[in-house]
Amino acid sequence: MYPSPRFLPAGDKALVAEFGNKIDPKTNEKVRQIFIALQQLEVKGITEMIPTYRSLLICYDPLETGVKELKKTVLEINRSASQVEIPEPLVYYVPVKYGGNHGSDLDYVAAHNNLSEEEVINLHTEPLYRIYMLGFTPGFCYLGGMHDAIATPRLKNPRVRIPAGSVGIADKQTGIYPIDSPGGWQLIGSTPLCIFDASASSPFLFGSGNYIRFVRINTDEYQHIKEQVEQGKYSVRTEEKSCSENH
Amino acid sequence: MQETENAQKGILVRQGGMLTVLQDLGRYQYRQYGMPTAGAMDQFSYRVGNLLVENPENYASLEITLIGPDLLFQKESMVAITGAPMKPQLNGREIPMWQSIPVCKGDVISFAELETGCRSYMAVAGGFDLPPVMGSLSTYLRAGIGGYQGRQLKQGDLLPLTRETGGEQGSIRYRYPEHLIPPYPAAQVLRVVLGPQQNFFTAASIRTFLNSEFEIDSTSDRMGCRLNGPTLKHRHKAEILSDGLIPGSVQVPGHGNPIVMLSDCPTSGGYPKIATVISADLPKIGQLKPGDRLAFQRVSLKAAHSAYKVFQDSISKDLLEKIPDEHSLPAESRVYQVIIEGKTFRVQIKKENT
Repeated sequence: MYPSPRFLPAGDKALVAEFGNKIDPKTNEKVRQIFIALQQLEVKGITEMIPTYRSLLICYDPLETGVKELKKTVLEINRSASQVEIPEPLVYYVPVKYGGNHGSDLDYVAAHNNLSEEEVINLHTEPLYRIYMLGFTPGFCYLGGMHDAIATPRLKNPRVRIPAGSVGIADKQTGIYPIDSPGGWQLIGSTPLCIFDASASSPFLFGSGNYIRFVRINTDEYQHIKEQVEQGKYSVRTEEKSCSENH
Repeated sequence: MQETENAQKGILVRQGGMLTVLQDLGRYQYRQYGMPTAGAMDQFSYRVGNLLVENPENYASLEITLIGPDLLFQKESMVAITGAPMKPQLNGREIPMWQSIPVCKGDVISFAELETGCRSYMAVAGGFDLPPVMGSLSTYLRAGIGGYQGRQLKQGDLLPLTRETGGEQGSIRYRYPEHLIPPYPAAQVLRVVLGPQQNFFTAASIRTFLNSEFEIDSTSDRMGCRLNGPTLKHRHKAEILSDGLIPGSVQVPGHGNPIVMLSDCPTSGGYPKIATVISADLPKIGQLKPGDRLAFQRVSLKAAHSAYKVFQDSISKDLLEKIPDEHSLPAESRVYQVIIEGKTFRVQIKKENT
């Protein structure tokens, strides 16, 4: 993390506040805190923000504010973030049915890493994954924290259609496909949760700076949760990260 | 002629054109979740169109690319066609652009040919009676959301119109001053502010970037404008840790050919961005097509902000000219406002063709 934020111009309506140049939870947590503080302060002239691994893109209306004012505000928040109460990050518990039809590459991932399927599942459900940012497709979470022991290269021939909810591995990354899309990730499981629903009042299930923990479920549980999700009756289990750590 | 006759009627698409989609200002507040804004590629023409038919500025219009559609109106309305000159026609007779045009039930609007530029916009008074998705009617083609069923228009589609007539007066017609209508040359100069990652490039490459002409590649689309020309060299790496992207960001991947990100661009990207096109000049890229050329001119942030003010001021109701009543109608027709038992009707009387 940089000792103090760097500001980079991104045209006449956006400013980048950069807090570091590496993927690490501390820098990303700083991004989250500044992002939330700017939202809560309802800073005049800020139209939208995009938090990423190590920076915050601040879009603004130049008729209402300027780079000078925005820099000053960010620096003030950075010095004393205590003025705004920043909520704890949340942990989302994401149920996943591993293997079989729900994760047709689980056997390959196991064989590639000289592990049993059981060991791959245990290693995949063990970490608390930080949602560093969203992007790539609507609702796609860039997760950090996967064990290198289950890292597996992408498929040589990407699939034409991967169903929404598929959980996969690509090299040292793991992720969930939010919408049906083509892709080359090794599919190890599937979640019955709806990650992105454009017609919902809150279209996205996850926000950046929070955490995901994958929970293994069986086929019956998968079916049951899927039905509940479709009927709008399922609410994803969450808790504050500090609680989760105390377990 | 009952008012109820107008309910649930709209525009029947007889031909969809090459790529006709509903677009508005864009879909905001969801970029933090990876959702691109989409929205009109030429925001200037799009916004002036809404002014001309007295719509609020965020009402969706048809964005018409290269080859226009063929549209049958099932109810009377008021439209305005702006943007690239595409020789619009009302029942086969050429009509002017950049002004409001009354349309009667049964009228057909079509487009003879694109003269220059790339995209025209058709605003309809009162807008379309379609459900916004995540606060916007903009079509985001890749995810198939928004607009009309998340896709481009095709033959047989029926675009429902609202029952609003647009504006208080409804029948007053406006035009945008001719001297303010932008030209659509095949070569444009776009003003840029350097950064955010100009320090990833050699000084020679920055000079090349600012002193060369680039050609629009045929793979360009609503997501980005790919450029061919001299290649740019990175000082060390051609990758950064992914950070935020906006329309106007000029990304340069390892191959050294710049890509200007546009309306449908992803919210983040991992290539260094040498510069950002200023927002006042973004509509110009929306009017370039494959084979057209562009060059970049560096300006200061202060100059970019002044340009933005000028740009915003050019999209103002105050600039519109009222069209005098006697000239307010297509040739050989007249519209009268008739009040019968307290209900207002607009009646158009046309001369028969022999």
